[in-house]
Amino acid sequence: MAVTGLVFIGYVLLHMYGNLWAFSGQEAFDDYAHHLRELLTPMLPYGGLLWILRVVLLASLVGHAAAAFALWSRAAKARDRRYAVKKVVTATLSSRTMRWGGVALLAFVIFHILHLTTHTINPGGDPESPYLRLVGSFQVWWVAVIYLLAMLALGMHIRHGAFSMLQTLGLTDNRRRYRVAHAVGLVLAIVVAGGFALVPLGVLLGIVTT
Amino acid sequence: MSPQEKDPMATNENEAPHGTAMGTSSDPVGQAEELAPAEVANESPSQGAAAGVTAPVSTPAADRADHDDAAGYYTTGAPIADTKAPAGPVERRWTERVFNAKLVNPANRRRLSVIVVGTGLAGSSAAATLGEAGYHVDAFFYQDSPRRAHSIAAQGGINAAKNYKEDGDSIYRLFYDTVKGGDYRARESNVYRLAEVSANIIDQCVAQGVPFAREYGGLLDNRSFGGVQVSRTFYARGQTGQQLLIGAYQALERQVAAGTVKTHARHEMLELVVVDDGSGPRARGIVTRDMVTGEIETHLADAVVLASGGYGNVFFLSTNAMGCNVTAAWRAHRKGAHFANPCYTQIHPTCIPVSGEHQSKLTLMSESLRNDGRIWVPKNAEDCDKDPRDIPEEDRDYYLERIYPSFGNLVPRDIASRQAKNMCDEGRGVGPMVGDQRRGVYLDFAEAIERMGRSAVEAKYGNLFDMYARITGEDPYATPMRIYPAVHYTMGGLWVDYDLQSSIPGLFVAGEANFSDHGANRLGASALMQGLADGYFVLPNTIRDYLADGPFPKITDDDPEVRAARANVQERIDHFLSVNGSRSVDSFHRELGHIMWEYCGMERSAEGLRTAIEKIRALREEFWRDVRVLGTNDSLNQALERAGRVADFLELGELMCIDALHRRESCGGHFRAESQTPDGEALRDDENFAYVAAWEWGGETGEPILHKEDLVYESVEMKQRSYK
Amino acid sequence: MNLTLKIWRQPNGSATGEMVTYPITDVSEDMSFLEMLDVLNERLTAEGEEPVAFDSDCREGICGMCGLMINGVAHGPEVTTTCQLHMRSFSDGDVVTIEPWRASGFPVLRDLAVDRSAFDRIIDAGGYVSVNTGAAPDAHATPVPKENAERAFDAATCISCGACVAACPNGSASLFLGAKITHLAELPQGQAERHTRVLNMVHQHDLEGFGGCTNIGECTAVCPKEIPQDVIATLNKDMRHALWNRV
Ligand SMILES: Cc1cc2nc3c(=O)[nH]c(=O)nc-3n(C[C@H](O)[C@H](O)[C@H](O)COP(=O)(O)OP(=O)(O)OC[C@H]3O[C@@H](n4cnc5c(N)ncnc54)[C@H](O)[C@@H]3O)c2cc1C
Ligand code: HEM
Ligand code: SF4
Ligand code: FES
Repeated sequence: MAVTGLVFIGYVLLHMYGNLWAFSGQEAFDDYAHHLRELLTPMLPYGGLLWILRVVLLASLVGHAAAAFALWSRAAKARDRRYAVKKVVTATLSSRTMRWGGVALLAFVIFHILHLTTHTINPGGDPESPYLRLVGSFQVWWVAVIYLLAMLALGMHIRHGAFSMLQTLGLTDNRRRYRVAHAVGLVLAIVVAGGFALVPLGVLLGIVTT
Repeated sequence: MSPQEKDPMATNENEAPHGTAMGTSSDPVGQAEELAPAEVANESPSQGAAAGVTAPVSTPAADRADHDDAAGYYTTGAPIADTKAPAGPVERRWTERVFNAKLVNPANRRRLSVIVVGTGLAGSSAAATLGEAGYHVDAFFYQDSPRRAHSIAAQGGINAAKNYKEDGDSIYRLFYDTVKGGDYRARESNVYRLAEVSANIIDQCVAQGVPFAREYGGLLDNRSFGGVQVSRTFYARGQTGQQLLIGAYQALERQVAAGTVKTHARHEMLELVVVDDGSGPRARGIVTRDMVTGEIETHLADAVVLASGGYGNVFFLSTNAMGCNVTAAWRAHRKGAHFANPCYTQIHPTCIPVSGEHQSKLTLMSESLRNDGRIWVPKNAEDCDKDPRDIPEEDRDYYLERIYPSFGNLVPRDIASRQAKNMCDEGRGVGPMVGDQRRGVYLDFAEAIERMGRSAVEAKYGNLFDMYARITGEDPYATPMRIYPAVHYTMGGLWVDYDLQSSIPGLFVAGEANFSDHGANRLGASALMQGLADGYFVLPNTIRDYLADGPFPKITDDDPEVRAARANVQERIDHFLSVNGSRSVDSFHRELGHIMWEYCGMERSAEGLRTAIEKIRALREEFWRDVRVLGTNDSLNQALERAGRVADFLELGELMCIDALHRRESCGGHFRAESQTPDGEALRDDENFAYVAAWEWGGETGEPILHKEDLVYESVEMKQRSYK
Repeated sequence: MNLTLKIWRQPNGSATGEMVTYPITDVSEDMSFLEMLDVLNERLTAEGEEPVAFDSDCREGICGMCGLMINGVAHGPEVTTTCQLHMRSFSDGDVVTIEPWRASGFPVLRDLAVDRSAFDRIIDAGGYVSVNTGAAPDAHATPVPKENAERAFDAATCISCGACVAACPNGSASLFLGAKITHLAELPQGQAERHTRVLNMVHQHDLEGFGGCTNIGECTAVCPKEIPQDVIATLNKDMRHALWNRV
């Protein structure tokens, strides 16, 4: 779970960095998308790294979800009878919404792939340029809202997930590191979710245009 | 002398009035878990005192010798003696005994079984060690895990003659301090052995991973404790008992995993099985009740070890856990095991007072508080319910400072305890009314806070203040704390010889449940030492001498003695469940506690003790007739569990009073109003009472039978201790 | 003060239970929570109703025998054991819901009393140092740095009460487990068996039916000994090393 989660975090960081090219205009962004596919050629065929990445991500996703559902069912078995009254003492909202939040993210990931990878859903038309496609979609308000909500969910998932990953890997075995891990979770969550959100926001606010 | 010679009522003429003691007190008997600051032994041990010599002790009243306050309450049996300790120099006895005790060959051990009742320090360590040796061990305890035995609550520390501080400590000095602290009422050979194995305990515990306090260099830290001048107490913050018990518990669980020990949680021993297989009666098993299913089970073995703890709960309120009981020991007593010195109880002066009739137990606070706190009560009874901060200086009675100007608040524990009681008896106690009295005195830090500053007080006493605040809801930095004495430890217990074997062959007794090592008073940090010494080092070595003759003839659940024991248990349970009287078990226990506290507590008098005996007898009769226990036997039934325990306390209480009544001297924790110096100090009577009183059960209707074991001091000289 | 108690009553382990409401009057704020229940039990006994079964022993917060879910919080509103909770933490008119620890690994025996022997079995699986009596070297043979000794001690203060399990949304006993692993992992004496210990204890933990840890932190929040969550990191680290070592 932690390892796959780490893969995701690494991936979303890169992905977000890439998205920010949108602020540099169509040419830069499209170049970046193109470069992504040319990376490590000719060692790999065109788009090869992207495919490797996709395989790794898919494997991670399957592993991650499988582990998540295993934990979920163990938890249900570990408490066969529920409390009549149960209060939350300190747990963060993020930590308590990992499961449903994760499911929401899964739904989003599917939507996201159908939208920007397979071009199955085309709310803003279906132009060739990745840049135009992106900006065009976000000009449709509800697409932007879906993305923004998903980023909120992602932020929350990372806020607990990144801390949890460090803890699961056993890297937080003293009080100072434990506190640092919490801070890492918070910072990563803000950076990733915020970074991603900038693009749809930019489009909505008219900073990024076609 | 013959105890029956005199009229029991003719002895009251020299009863001293309460509360008039003057001057300084006797040497402190370092009682509890914390250093009472002024209690520094200021004499050094005198080595090599002539064998058998007892120092002259004045017996003020010539009539002491032939007075027997308890005449008519008991009969006297033949004297007894320990026959197991080898003769010769005290420091060679243990080595010799270990060498002479028969060995059991390892292949045979698998065929020998031992029952251990109790998993406190004594029981866990014994069960683990016997398991390691290869015997079959069954361990019983009433809690849900072996680790919850009341040893867990010990705070202060554990003594050991390691001399890591190079401050002149030695085995001999620990031995000497313990004998002297016990007011010369303990058996020399046992105490010497205790001191001798003490160092091994620390090694063992460290190897198990017990996290003792350490210095910056990584070595173990020590502190000075219980009124001695050397630092020999090892500690783990304020949780020494917990950490030691976890060590022993883990050793025990390791044997559980290895298959040598089987644990029986929530199993209460309700009867001892003694069977005569032709070679005389032997302890061969126990009858238990599974506290969850109610099943009455018989467990048979080659030997039985009782490590079932102390009986302080006979007072209802004590620092003991709710479940601490005398049942295991008492059932053995009724089957023939002698009960020694039952009246020796230790009372600790600085406990958090009772807050109301609902009180279920008392909590100990470190006595070090008396270093800086000042103890007082209002001069006028009318002020007792006022806010103490509104009572002006001139209306406060700093009674310890007044009565004992040279020692003030640092007087020994027994004096501090007794004077607190006297103040409350005079109607000047503070805090809530409990019954007809306010039971508390102020321990005031206002002056200390002014002198040292709040932060210094906080650094020194912060955790104690927090504990006090949690329990009472009062802020001790703002208002004075209230304290009151409470029963803390019982030195008495089943009589054992040097091998820790009771007067029933095959029945061994370890830890607080036996009487052996502390005499009339226990030094702070020595109970933990004794429990672990017994369990890790002594018992495993001595029990083999007995087991070497085994396995004993096979017996079954159907043997008549076994059936009778089981039937007896069943009968008691059926009785409790069918009386359907009008009073709850707890109400009887509370009432017994009141009687014991009033008459057999800090100060005992012949008249009071006789009153107590009558009251206990009446209460016992009422209990059997009018107790109410609801529910059934076949499920968890906590009232039923308590009924059995209270029934036994009601018998023990009477024996304690008889023992206290017959011992017309003050020694250690036993203070007889009739035996004090003119200025109120405890006065021992070595001429007449330098013996262990081992009581034999006299049957349902008979009187208890007293067997005396004379105490002979060959290595230390008996001294009447004086502080002047 | 007067309170309304809603208490879980269940005659035995196999019976189905229910919440039963008992009003209680004249509760003194100086009472401990368990003394309040003692008073209720005295009253029930007088009225001919069987008293409520609940566990306690030392009543000074160290034996770990007590433990109730009070208004949805393990050990109630203060960070302490149930036996050290006092009625001044409640106010007149409060409704107080009292339930047993709920976890499949802690079956209910009766009313509020549960069976925590699973914890002993987890310790059996390796929560010790394998040293026989008498085999120990001198206690000063191995110095232990103060920081390690202190952390070992902090972890070793766990009283095995089970509140962490009771509070955990996953029903995990990782805080308890982590506390024991950390206690022994910080000491030189615990090193030899460090890897087998963690593997076996975790295995037993899972066998007992406790859930997996997702680092939520409710355990630490209710732990009366304030065992920190970082002991679980030590558990995980040892697990990582142990697994790696096996490869
Ligand atoms: C608050 C407090 C603080 C203390 N502090 C210190 C200190 O700092 N230093 C020190 O040296 N001493 C101290 N003492 C004294 C010391 O803790 C005890 O004397 C000692 O731990 C007793 O150990 P034990 O093994 O004999 O019995 P316990 O630890 O009391 O164990 C008794 C065992 O017997 C079992 N048992 C009892 N009856 C039955 C039955 N009928 N059937 C089945 N099982 C039964 C119980 O389940 C338990 O396992 C303190 C005592 C108290 C109360
Ligand atoms: C299929 C959709 C997803 C589901 C169902 C899901 C669910 C979960 C669950 C239940 C946890 C365990 C909670 C914990 O350990 O604290 C978790 C952890 C985590 N998730 Fe997800 N998640 C999903 C997608 C993602 C995505 C897209 C990311 C990328 C950022 C991600 C990153 C993480 C991280 C880093 C952890 C911490 C791992 C650990 O501590 O072991 N997850 N997830
Ligand atoms: S970790 Fe804390 S809550 Fe869990 S059992 Fe130990 S003391 Fe209780
Ligand atoms: S009863 Fe011992 S911790 Fe509460």
